Amino acid sequence: MTLLSVRDLNVTFGTPEGDVRAVQGVSFDIEPGETVAIVGESGSGKSVTANSLLRLNFGADVRISGEILLEGRDVLTMTEDEVRSVRGSDMAMIFQDPLTALNPFYTVGRQIGEAYAIHHPGATKKELREIALNSLEKVGIPEPLKRVDQYPHEFSGGMRQRIVIAMALVNNPKILIADEPTTALDVTVQAQILELIAEMQAQHGSAVILITHDLGVVAEITERVMVMYAGRVVESASVENTFAVPTHPYTRGLLKSVKSLDTARHERLEPIPGTPPSLIKLPSGCPFHPRCAFADSLGGRCSSEAPELRIVGSSRSACHLPDERLLGLMGGAS
Amino acid sequence: MFAVVLLLIVSAFTFWIFSALPSDPAALTCGKNCRPEVIEANRERLGYDKPLVEQYGAYMKGIFAGRTYGEEGASVHCPAPSLGYSYDRHECVTSLIASTLPVTASIALGAFVLWMAIGVGLGTLAALKRGRWQDRLATGFSVVGVSFPTFFLGLMFIMIFVIWTGILPFPRYTGITENPVDWFMALILPWFVLALISAATYVRMTRNGILEVMNEEFVRLGIAKGLPRKRLIVTYVMRAALVPIVTIAGLDFAFLLGGALVTESIFNLPGLGKLTLAAVVNSDLPILVATTMVAAVFIVIANAVVDVLYGYLDPRVRVK
Repeated sequence: MTLLSVRDLNVTFGTPEGDVRAVQGVSFDIEPGETVAIVGESGSGKSVTANSLLRLNFGADVRISGEILLEGRDVLTMTEDEVRSVRGSDMAMIFQDPLTALNPFYTVGRQIGEAYAIHHPGATKKELREIALNSLEKVGIPEPLKRVDQYPHEFSGGMRQRIVIAMALVNNPKILIADEPTTALDVTVQAQILELIAEMQAQHGSAVILITHDLGVVAEITERVMVMYAGRVVESASVENTFAVPTHPYTRGLLKSVKSLDTARHERLEPIPGTPPSLIKLPSGCPFHPRCAFADSLGGRCSSEAPELRIVGSSRSACHLPDERLLGLMGGAS
Repeated sequence: MFAVVLLLIVSAFTFWIFSALPSDPAALTCGKNCRPEVIEANRERLGYDKPLVEQYGAYMKGIFAGRTYGEEGASVHCPAPSLGYSYDRHECVTSLIASTLPVTASIALGAFVLWMAIGVGLGTLAALKRGRWQDRLATGFSVVGVSFPTFFLGLMFIMIFVIWTGILPFPRYTGITENPVDWFMALILPWFVLALISAATYVRMTRNGILEVMNEEFVRLGIAKGLPRKRLIVTYVMRAALVPIVTIAGLDFAFLLGGALVTESIFNLPGLGKLTLAAVVNSDLPILVATTMVAAVFIVIANAVVDVLYGYLDPRVRVK
């Protein structure tokens, strides 16, 4: 059975200015043990999608529809108690900023132990301490015996993220959701944390959903990539295809706007013109068409008809351009 | 250590400021039709002719060693710690304060317990039921509470509970050791007056504090861990939200210990506040200097206690 199956997820936030359509018609599957990246700019809906998986979207007026099937059970129709039993045990989360994610008032040992105790009510204090010590050691915190009784502020950012990861893994989750796990960290620490996530994944056999805006992070550890734009998935492909044969003009734009070792010296970075659209007033048709270099070539179709995800080569893309043009996007034809 | 230095500065400043007042303590020692020679003689007798520094020195010495006021034959000895002698009341200031302090302490303690219970309780309720009627009721209460002056609420209470319905007798203070029931009956109204007015601010502080903490990332992680709501609210949200409230509450309590002037006057409670007020009316400088200093001592002590408490409550400021 598919581990996690998201079907036609829609998330809308009601605000005084109007409805914010944060996520629209997002569907994807996660198989046990695989690593999937959700990539996009701020406001693309990637974090909202991730939060929805654990029903962590808070606010006065949040409307969610669709299905989030975890081993066949729909997270969205679960009772509060049922969701609580899923949180931190079947699906665990790593947040972006480790500096604020840990509770400043309790020792890290207590917080790790607590994560275990919530889902194992019978655990004794001694067991919890043992578990905390082991977890700290596993994620590479030196001197765990001394560190276990320290408070979060006594650790560096990278160390704290290790602790957050240790906490997330303490119940052997089937799915680990990492929401920008390296964004708030020093560049030198980022690679270590990614390595740790990959290592832990190998040990625990968890599937990983990695939310990021950083294509470098994607290339590092993921197998599959979903690119989101304005609340929709615009491309879904293997990591190799995403980089070598992007099949959506937006993905192409993302790749062209960052420098890599393959960028020839005379080649210039091409920023994507314009800014992401307001989620309150989305453009008609394809949400990307006002910024798309190819939209004009299709007449008015892009501004009138929203493209659905379809198979293009070995990827899936939501674009009206004909297949052969999509497959040749990186070939300089702009 | 710092607190001691601070107290010295406060006492010197208080002493200086009251000596700079236009009222002449020597002139107050004899009646209206006093001859200038008598005033001068009294001034000399009381030591008000000496330089200020010397007066301050004698005063400080009195605190530690006790002091004899007046001249031989008609002298009064106030044992240490002597805070002066009131020529208006013919009593040692220390014993005046000693007899009024328990009254004020009774008022302050009861009011403090009540206002923390009401303020934090209602504030928490408002935050948890944000936007619903409980929230509106609590915030409404806090708006009304802060806008009521103490004297108005006090008089209203007397009118409603004592005069109209007669539920309570007119407050007459009795020591708790003498008759706890009378003590309680006399204090219940002032407690509520002070508590309701202070609680109004605490409702707001608690509500806003809790709502702020609820948006913290670590609370979201707590939810993502699967913490049950009750435990999350108590061990994560309240724990964090109450730290700043405890700090402010400590200082407010100390401030109240310095005397609740208006409330004590309205309810005819012989506390520090009433003593101070009477001293102001009678230009009784020794009492004013002393009550000011006592109030300052409470604030300084409260500051020190709050500092220690803060370190205990928040590991981030704990001194290693």
